[in-house]
Amino acid sequence: MAPKVTPLIEQHRALGARFIEFAGWLMPVQYEGIVAEHLAVRSRAGLFDLGHMGQLAVRGRDALPFLQFVTPNDVGSLKPGRAQYSMLLYPNGGVVDDIMIYLRPDREEYLVVVNAANTDKDFQWLLERRADHPEWVVELEDISATTGMLAIQGPRAERILQRVTEGDLSTIRPFDTVQTTVTGVPTLVARTGYTGEDGFELYFPIEATVRLWDRLLEIGRADGLVPVGLGARDTLRLEACLPLYGNELSPEITPLEAQLGWVVKFHKGSFIGREALERQLQEGVPRKLVGFELVERSGIPRHGYEVQLAGRRIGTVTSGTSSPSLGKAIGLALIESSAAGIGREFDVVIRGKPVRARQVKTPFYRRPRQRIGEGIES
Amino acid sequence: MADVRDGLCYTRTHEWVRVEGDIAVVGVTDFAQAELGDITYLELPEPGTTVKQGDSMGVIESVKAASDIYAPVSGEVVEANNAVVNTPELVNKSPYDDAWLVKIRMSTPDELKQLMDAEEYRKYLAETAATA
Repeated sequence: MAPKVTPLIEQHRALGARFIEFAGWLMPVQYEGIVAEHLAVRSRAGLFDLGHMGQLAVRGRDALPFLQFVTPNDVGSLKPGRAQYSMLLYPNGGVVDDIMIYLRPDREEYLVVVNAANTDKDFQWLLERRADHPEWVVELEDISATTGMLAIQGPRAERILQRVTEGDLSTIRPFDTVQTTVTGVPTLVARTGYTGEDGFELYFPIEATVRLWDRLLEIGRADGLVPVGLGARDTLRLEACLPLYGNELSPEITPLEAQLGWVVKFHKGSFIGREALERQLQEGVPRKLVGFELVERSGIPRHGYEVQLAGRRIGTVTSGTSSPSLGKAIGLALIESSAAGIGREFDVVIRGKPVRARQVKTPFYRRPRQRIGEGIES
Repeated sequence: MADVRDGLCYTRTHEWVRVEGDIAVVGVTDFAQAELGDITYLELPEPGTTVKQGDSMGVIESVKAASDIYAPVSGEVVEANNAVVNTPELVNKSPYDDAWLVKIRMSTPDELKQLMDAEEYRKYLAETAATA
């Protein structure tokens, strides 16, 4: 099957992008180079085509109880215009997908943003869960085909975006949104992202994608705004220890194991996966996600590499890379809880050879001058 | 377009060879470095190692991928370029000059006939691009 393309395919070609197939989409993996793009986002700003991501609309009288039932975070605490990181869970506590839920500022509708690879699976899952509860009045719609999505991230993102945005961006806090216009296009502007930097994610009618992309690159050029591919998107999110579905999260990994227990709000009442997670909490998690860096300069850890302690397998690398910000080989690994602890060491098997690694504090990278109270919404 | 230097020999796995007497100076091509992207790690054979044509003799890793380096000819490794091991991005900047990787004393110089010349390698790259 031919891969799907976003409205920006010709823009990417003209910018000299190299492409990869990702989740059934032909996407730019890099333009100038992963390291250059990564550092541009850390020091200036980067523009990301997120046209592959999925968007689902949830509305209707019982939208709130429905979302409360299918997600572990407390949707009831979400005020209009706010965003919340959450998940869809299986009854065994494994993860269907990790998602972002926005309660729109201008109307009673939840926007659920899901991973490209999981859009169909998630939508099907939600339809089935709704069918389990015919008493609930909930309207579900996959609006991916009509919703455009871009991200602008980096310390200069606000300054650049403000030039073409009607609303005042300086008053939008992290995980806040505003419904405004950008280059005259009606846009939901959210102060969210997947890079560990300040920045925004934009949702707008898909027909406006090319216009927004071209205009933003044009007006951002003087500030060093560059297009950024999926390669740097991955290294940026890994330095910030933001999980990637399929690596840190999967049907076989629970949010408690992935060190995302803060997403799970037991106080809110019943939700899918609750019993399994409560049990795991009582019994103790068997595995933990830990951050590490290689002590020896002997290769780069990659997804799937074995983790050993004294020759015995204790886990697996979920993500690894050569960190452009730190100049070190870093990674995340899911290991037996008994072996977890900052400063403790284990071996990562690289091409058959055990290479010494040390567990370190996460995230690997934290942006400078972070204001108190900023950060991930809990 | 990837830079292909005249006067060098090339492998299908994108190594180049410059012949200096019985010594083969080996590196990876401009096409290889561009395909790999930002190179951040290199593992080269120690001097004294005997290598056989077509065998993996080292590793080159970029931010996004790891790839083997294959011996283009058989022989004994007489020198490895430590500068490039310490500064892997040299491979991106200067694949044909500063970032030579190893020097091999050839045991079977006839093997060079199995490699491509610059013209053949250009054609090979064009075909690779066409089928990609």
